[in-house]
Amino acid sequence: MKTSHEPLVHIAKRDGMAWWKGWLIRIAAALLALVVSALFIYSLTKMNPVKVYGAMWNGAFGTSKRTWVTLRDTMMLLCIGVGLAPAFKMRFWNIGAEGQVLVGGCATAAVMIYCPGLPTWVILLIGIVVSLIAGAVWGIIPAVFKARWNTNETLFTLMMNYIAIQLTCFLVAKWENPYGSNTVGIINQSTKAGWFPSLFGQQYGWNIVLVLAVTVAMYLYLKYSKHGYEIAVVGQSENTARYAGISVKRVIVRTMALSGAVCGMAGFVAVAGASHTISTSTAGGRGFTAIIVAWMAKFNTFVMILIALLLVFLEKGATQIASQFNLNDYASNVVMGIILFFLLGSEFFINYTVHFRRREKEAKA
Amino acid sequence: MAEEYAVKMVDITKTFGAVTANDRVHLELKKGEILSLLGENGSGKTTLMNMLSGIYFPDSGHIFVDGQEVTIASPHDAYTLGIGMVHQHFKLVDVLTAAENIELGLPGKLVVDKKAIAQRIREICDRYGFVVEPEKKVYDMSVSEKQTLEIVKALYRGANVLILDEPTAVLTPQETERLFAVMRNMKADGKSIIIITHKLHEVLEISDRVAVLRKGAYVGDMTTAGADTQTLSDMMVGRAVNLNIDRAAPENPVRRLELRHMTVKDADGVLRLDDINLDVNGGEILGVAGISGCGQKELLEAIAGLQDAEDGSSVKYFPQGPEGPAEELIGQNPRTIADMGIRLAFVPEDRLGMGLVGSMDLADNMMLKSYREGRGAFTDRKPPRRLAENVVEELEVVTPSISTPVRRLSGGNVQKVLVGREIAANPTVLLSAYAVRGLDINTSYTIYRLLNEQKKAGVAVLYVGEDLDVLLELCDRIAVLCGGRLSGILDARTATKEQVGFMMTNVAGTEREEGKA
Repeated sequence: MKTSHEPLVHIAKRDGMAWWKGWLIRIAAALLALVVSALFIYSLTKMNPVKVYGAMWNGAFGTSKRTWVTLRDTMMLLCIGVGLAPAFKMRFWNIGAEGQVLVGGCATAAVMIYCPGLPTWVILLIGIVVSLIAGAVWGIIPAVFKARWNTNETLFTLMMNYIAIQLTCFLVAKWENPYGSNTVGIINQSTKAGWFPSLFGQQYGWNIVLVLAVTVAMYLYLKYSKHGYEIAVVGQSENTARYAGISVKRVIVRTMALSGAVCGMAGFVAVAGASHTISTSTAGGRGFTAIIVAWMAKFNTFVMILIALLLVFLEKGATQIASQFNLNDYASNVVMGIILFFLLGSEFFINYTVHFRRREKEAKA
Repeated sequence: MAEEYAVKMVDITKTFGAVTANDRVHLELKKGEILSLLGENGSGKTTLMNMLSGIYFPDSGHIFVDGQEVTIASPHDAYTLGIGMVHQHFKLVDVLTAAENIELGLPGKLVVDKKAIAQRIREICDRYGFVVEPEKKVYDMSVSEKQTLEIVKALYRGANVLILDEPTAVLTPQETERLFAVMRNMKADGKSIIIITHKLHEVLEISDRVAVLRKGAYVGDMTTAGADTQTLSDMMVGRAVNLNIDRAAPENPVRRLELRHMTVKDADGVLRLDDINLDVNGGEILGVAGISGCGQKELLEAIAGLQDAEDGSSVKYFPQGPEGPAEELIGQNPRTIADMGIRLAFVPEDRLGMGLVGSMDLADNMMLKSYREGRGAFTDRKPPRRLAENVVEELEVVTPSISTPVRRLSGGNVQKVLVGREIAANPTVLLSAYAVRGLDINTSYTIYRLLNEQKKAGVAVLYVGEDLDVLLELCDRIAVLCGGRLSGILDARTATKEQVGFMMTNVAGTEREEGKA
């Protein structure tokens, strides 16, 4: 005899799946997400989903200019994600990227505003150095408190964001141009001093080169360097780190300095390489979106390129369909939500298997 | 017809990914019997018991309780069927009292009748000879008290079948005796008990029958009346095992460490080590005996540079014997000690929390202490890879590959990796804390053999242990700690277990405070 509550499904952890199988599951999930989104679009708007998807593609890659803007925004997101990677690998929950980007951006803007007469390459050189330093300082402050007094880094880095935002407000008011506009306006619009020069005839060429170089360097640093090894050990167990003779405090401070510096550099890229202005929306929430990028890529900086591209593509596509089909923003957000839901959900099926007990029993009988 | 078996498990299979933890296992538990479940590390004992107590669900197979086939999908189901399990790691809420822990999770009215609960707890205690204070908070309890509470909790919920997973691993000999006494009382009352243990003499002492698992498969069972430690360990390992530890006389021991006035306080200012004076010689194994938490951990960590000592403490290290120059180790950290050229190996008690990084693979763990070697900013991964391969081969580590994260290995293999790495560094001093805790008999003897080899090579070995029989068989001298003080040093060749046991609880006339363990 059987008691009643035989479980119908039975979930078991999988052990190591071939990487290509994992990617097959992810691709299948993406396709499934498109189908479900299509049903959603059709049932609500009676529009042809293929056309809507076409519009999304168009929004991101429709023209050469759009493609470059998509790439530029991808690089920005990627740079912040790469900056977060070492901190997260150390299990230091740096959610202060937003602030670190802003102070880096402010530092760059200051150089552009106060030294407009210098040659562009000098401005850029000084700009990158001061933005790295500014970001590093913003990262070191919570790290020192964590290392010495074991404060909670999540709260601390979060609150540092608000200080950075207020600081930016103050600087915007100070640098206001034209007077009364409450914006800084385009800095050095006529001379283009301190702007990224074009590369291969492309305005955003340097953004890509710079960020990809950092991405590769960070990958090597985390995977093969002695520092990278220390970060991994500290992240797993501080006791083991002490046992191995690693100075935990020093590693925390050093790693956060690096994390903040790369995020600060993202601010440099945003100001000197993209918007050429500074405002509280220079970071624009990307400091938080980058957390998703870093986690979905499991801190592998190369995978981050793909994730960042996907997120930016969805964002651009969503904006496009919202304007082109007079849908409101929420509709495109729903599509974005469906796609992310399926992609994140696919990780479950990569890590676990699901057995249906009933069927197995019948097969045996 | 009265059913003879309390529990019957038939053809139970459970796999985790590619690993088969249990392969068509049979197990029968008669009513009113104490059954020992024996097997090497990773042989699937705990997995099997977890399926009986509802933590895991079997992939296939049948479970019968009282002759009825049942489905146990959750711990709640297990309790309903009268099956209770006491896990190796206790599942108690620290900030609650004993009574609250017992009541927790049980259905009841909105208002809890504390008096009635206390009354029932007292009844259970009186019946079997437990001592539980219902109003005592768990965080104030010793390990032994927590374990008692877990057993009472199971009985309170009406358990007729009790599963104890390595209950004696954390107990002193006296506490173990007390546990066995209540187990006998429970048996006399008609309860059935399954006990998992690695200590063969305990198997023979307490149980009626013993069932053996090997590599996830059921090997057989026998009544303990006709068994001895040799037959049991042969059956468990699958071949003849040599159960003798050969102890060579120390060859010209040289002074290596000189501990003077070692005093250590913990973060709360509680005295953990009180004025310890001890000499450690190369070429001998110095055992450290004591009830757990009597300062063993602090002693080793202070030597290794992981624990601050009070002013006036001193640990002198002699590279060339007591006449030569000495280095002071107090005030150093593991890195500066290594920089001084002192090869100090340390096998800590917490293997995955201190000695190794669980999520890293074998090769990466091998370079934990040596990753700084070599010029440049990058690590050289070739030597650790080679070392990992050597360790796997020489110590017969069971692992899919050297790229497997160590936390996926079973306890015994984790310890082999750790000991293998520490020995490979050619140490002059080897500190080891509970090196065989939780290890099966075969792996334990491998560890003893390795320690003896180190001793022959002239290494000063400090062996903190809990099994007095082993301490007396393996060590040359035994230092006995009691409540952070050194109660004496014995010659292991002439000392008796009773002597050591007495010194563990008494320092020169002063009685050890009860329950301070």
